[in-house]
Amino acid sequence: MSTPPILELRNVRAGYGSIDVLHGVNLSIGRGEVVALLGPNGAGKSTTIKVISGLLRPSAGHLIVAGRDVTGASASALARAGLCTIPEGRGIFPNLTVRENLLMATFSGHKMSDIEERTYARFPRLGERRTQLAGTMSGGEQQMLSLARALATDPAILLLDELSMGLAPLIVAELYAQVAAIAAEGVSVLVVEQFARTVLGVADTAVLLAHGTVRMAGKASEIGDDVLAGAYLGS
Amino acid sequence: MQELLTFTIIGLSTGAIYAVVASGLVVTYTTSGIFNLAHGATGMLSAFTYWQLRFDWDLPAPLALFITLFILCPLFGIVTERFVMRGLQGTTEVVRLSVTVALFAFMIGLANWIWPNDASREAFLKFYEGNSISIGGFNVSWHRLITFGCAVVVAIILRIVLYKTRMGVAMRAVVDDRNLTELNGGRPDRVSMFAWGISASLAGLAGILLAGDQQLNIEPLVLLVINAYAAAIIGRLKSLPLTFLGAGLLGLLDAYYLMVSDESWFPQTAFGFSLSGVRSALPTIVLFIALLARPQSRLRVGTTKLREENRVPEWRTAIMGAVALVVVVVGISGMLTRSNTLLLLNGFTFAMVTLSLVPLTGYAGQMSLAPLTFAGLGAIAMSKLPGNGNLVTLVVAIVIVAIVGAIVALPALRLSGIYLALATAAFAVMVSKIVFNQRQTFQTGNITVPVLRIPFVTIDTPRARLILASVCFAILGLIVVAVRRSRLGRRLVALKDSPAAAATLGMSLTRTKLAAFAISAGIAACAGALAGDKVSPQQYEFTQSLPIVLLAVVGGVGSVAGALFGGLLLGGNSVLATIVPTVKNLTKIGPGTVGITLGRNPQGAAAQIGDSFRPLIEQPRLIAISAAGAFGIWALDAADVISHWSFFVASVVWILAVSPNLPALTAAAPGRRVMAGAWLAVGMAIATGVDWSSALDATGKRIILIIGLVALFGVGAQRVVENSPRVHTASPDLAGLDTDFSREDIELAEQKIGVVL
Ligand SMILES: Nc1ncnc2c1ncn2[C@@H]1O[C@H](COP(=O)(O)OP(=O)(O)OP(=O)(O)O)[C@@H](O)[C@H]1O
Ligand SMILES: [Mg+2]
Repeated sequence: MSTPPILELRNVRAGYGSIDVLHGVNLSIGRGEVVALLGPNGAGKSTTIKVISGLLRPSAGHLIVAGRDVTGASASALARAGLCTIPEGRGIFPNLTVRENLLMATFSGHKMSDIEERTYARFPRLGERRTQLAGTMSGGEQQMLSLARALATDPAILLLDELSMGLAPLIVAELYAQVAAIAAEGVSVLVVEQFARTVLGVADTAVLLAHGTVRMAGKASEIGDDVLAGAYLGS
Repeated sequence: MQELLTFTIIGLSTGAIYAVVASGLVVTYTTSGIFNLAHGATGMLSAFTYWQLRFDWDLPAPLALFITLFILCPLFGIVTERFVMRGLQGTTEVVRLSVTVALFAFMIGLANWIWPNDASREAFLKFYEGNSISIGGFNVSWHRLITFGCAVVVAIILRIVLYKTRMGVAMRAVVDDRNLTELNGGRPDRVSMFAWGISASLAGLAGILLAGDQQLNIEPLVLLVINAYAAAIIGRLKSLPLTFLGAGLLGLLDAYYLMVSDESWFPQTAFGFSLSGVRSALPTIVLFIALLARPQSRLRVGTTKLREENRVPEWRTAIMGAVALVVVVVGISGMLTRSNTLLLLNGFTFAMVTLSLVPLTGYAGQMSLAPLTFAGLGAIAMSKLPGNGNLVTLVVAIVIVAIVGAIVALPALRLSGIYLALATAAFAVMVSKIVFNQRQTFQTGNITVPVLRIPFVTIDTPRARLILASVCFAILGLIVVAVRRSRLGRRLVALKDSPAAAATLGMSLTRTKLAAFAISAGIAACAGALAGDKVSPQQYEFTQSLPIVLLAVVGGVGSVAGALFGGLLLGGNSVLATIVPTVKNLTKIGPGTVGITLGRNPQGAAAQIGDSFRPLIEQPRLIAISAAGAFGIWALDAADVISHWSFFVASVVWILAVSPNLPALTAAAPGRRVMAGAWLAVGMAIATGVDWSSALDATGKRIILIIGLVALFGVGAQRVVENSPRVHTASPDLAGLDTDFSREDIELAEQKIGVVL
């Protein structure tokens, strides 16, 4: 741990209105590290992602990116600074065409021609459908499109929330292969999954969240079934 | 044949204006979810601005156009978005609509102020006035062609902007998913600003084109937007091509109606009723049909936690309030001059109309923009029904209008939110264009509504009418409270909170909505029927309803007290205008200005004031002290020890500065209690001891003095006792652990869990 972590949450509390969801979460991601955030339904995983991405302002605690305290920065400012978030559900605009979806990725500062070129090279299927409305594509294709933003814009940090939701195992494997490729380029990744098995292969570190607090953090390879079962059953 | 061509051209150019207006509405609605009722008023202001630059200051037309449409309009749109609309996230549709109503009222006030109605004004010329071109033997003015051309250009530009530029794509992206736009690095706020800027320019363009046709008049320019609503609804508030199509059809319909209505075979009357108003009501009829033809919107589960919350009124508070109201009115009515009595009476009439919105809008969350229409119907019924205004007549009038209200609501049952609001707006305009101009209703333009006749009591003086009005308000208020506390009341609130949940629980949405409309129409009718004076149809027009709706929401439409407050505020605004001539112009923009701030305090003013009185109401001993004090001040005045003005100043200071501080005062540490008590005593001494009717010569100065005294002594005393423990509402989690339970805690907890509906 010589270099400071690229992303750090310090004692973050957050919630919706009067409901508290996160009760002091501590989390840190090193440069180039892939961290899996695991936990049962309602643990606060998506809420954590919302806090990091700037969509939800923490009620206490700090969000630190590359050593700078950015608590309270807007989501769009963080996005332009190199934080790429693929939110829960499909991270696409259903009523825009594939091409227009990619155009939205240019807010990151990349040229449209570059983005298109890289996307269509990775996912030729999207190239064939560039004028189709994104909402009319299959679930897998939609998820490819949302990953395309991560691939084409060279983010410093990538946040993924349940990429696998509602997709066939084969497609999930294909998508996580892409995530591994992105990570191999040195991008730090935080990936949220409910089904731990899907990600533990990709991740270096795993963090277990339950009831809004971190229950344990450790090497991904060391997380065993018993630990997971215990956390999920709430013991 | 040639006539057909002529009217087609006329229709298309009218349609072109509708299209430009409607497209602006669609652009802002889709990007920010706010249906801008003030859109037409923006066009009106911009037409006036253009006139100022072009015809008063003689700037060349292109320069004047550029300044108006490309600098001032976008700037106005951007400022509106930034400082008014942005604060509205998480508020109900009612509040959002009310804020645009406020903007509407503000802009009309502003235009009246800057450009007072003045016949000798320089004419507003058409573009290339006097030039025309012959098409198929018919002379078409260049202005019409330019109008048509503008619509085409607008269509093309919008298409390019929305589909070919990143800003435009981002506008559509925001509609799809606002958060995701942010995650992409887009800035939805800027996108909204851009949309509001474009929209204001579109409104401006339409306003200028229309003013060339119809001259500068505030009313038609503002109401232009109602016609455009129809086009926007045909476009389902999102499709621009359909909107343009709808606008074209609307224009053609109007022109063809004009064409055939001149024919000898065309009926001028139907069943003895004149059809002369039908043409001007056409767009609203289309609007009504378009609304009804909309595909059923799906019931939404109450996903967003709203910022407004209202308590269930308690009988004790309600009865105390009702009695206090009547007692106070009886007490002070003897001191008022005749004109002030009439003004206050007016305020109570408004208050009854705003009260009609409490069950419908406040409880059931259904917005109506037509409260005065029902009041007008009530006034007609009262004057036309036999009995010359006895109690039976009143009751029958109320029942009839309540039934009308329910019948009107029938087709609108499937609508909610802005669609319902628009349907009621359409209804209001239709009634004033078609019903109020009949021989059988307002034949000479004015009718006399008889004063209510009650056995053994003669109501002949303004004072008696004022007391009657306060008694009626008190009774109606109690009825509304009774409704809220009944099964029906819980259903109404359920309808607002989550129609989907209510329906799945087996509740009949239909009957609940009908009941809400009927009750509301009945109360409004009662207000109209009690007018007891000459009334004119103009009093009951749609545009007059808007300030009422606005002030009901500003006062706090969720409670009876809010309705009273809103109504008196509206009445008080006109009081202010007559007694303080220097601020006359300010009062023109008054209602609008207070409404614009709604985003900060969506529950309304009454709720806020109520909050500061709540600790007091909990303690009967303190209520007694407060009431005794007020009575004492009144007695001083009645015994001629102090002047009326001193009475007024002293009682306001007592009620607003001293009373709310009483609970904190009794709970404070002894040292602080003495300090704060002494401070308040000094305030009361100044308020009571000085003879304000001779010390200050103008009412305006006295009002400013009152505000100053309340702020200085009330807030001052509050500061002093600040550090002592005060009655507060803790989080339900903490109550019982590190704070004591109070009744509010229990109420709050129940509200959070949803035990109390
Ligand atoms: N917008 C919201 N308003 C109120 N409460 C919310 C909101 N979003 C989430 N919550 C609550 O916050 C808690 C945590 O939700 P979150 O979405 O973070 O869980 P999660 O770990 O992502 O679960 P899942 O695996 O099901 O996606 C839940 O109890 C949920 O009900
Ligand atoms: Mg989640």
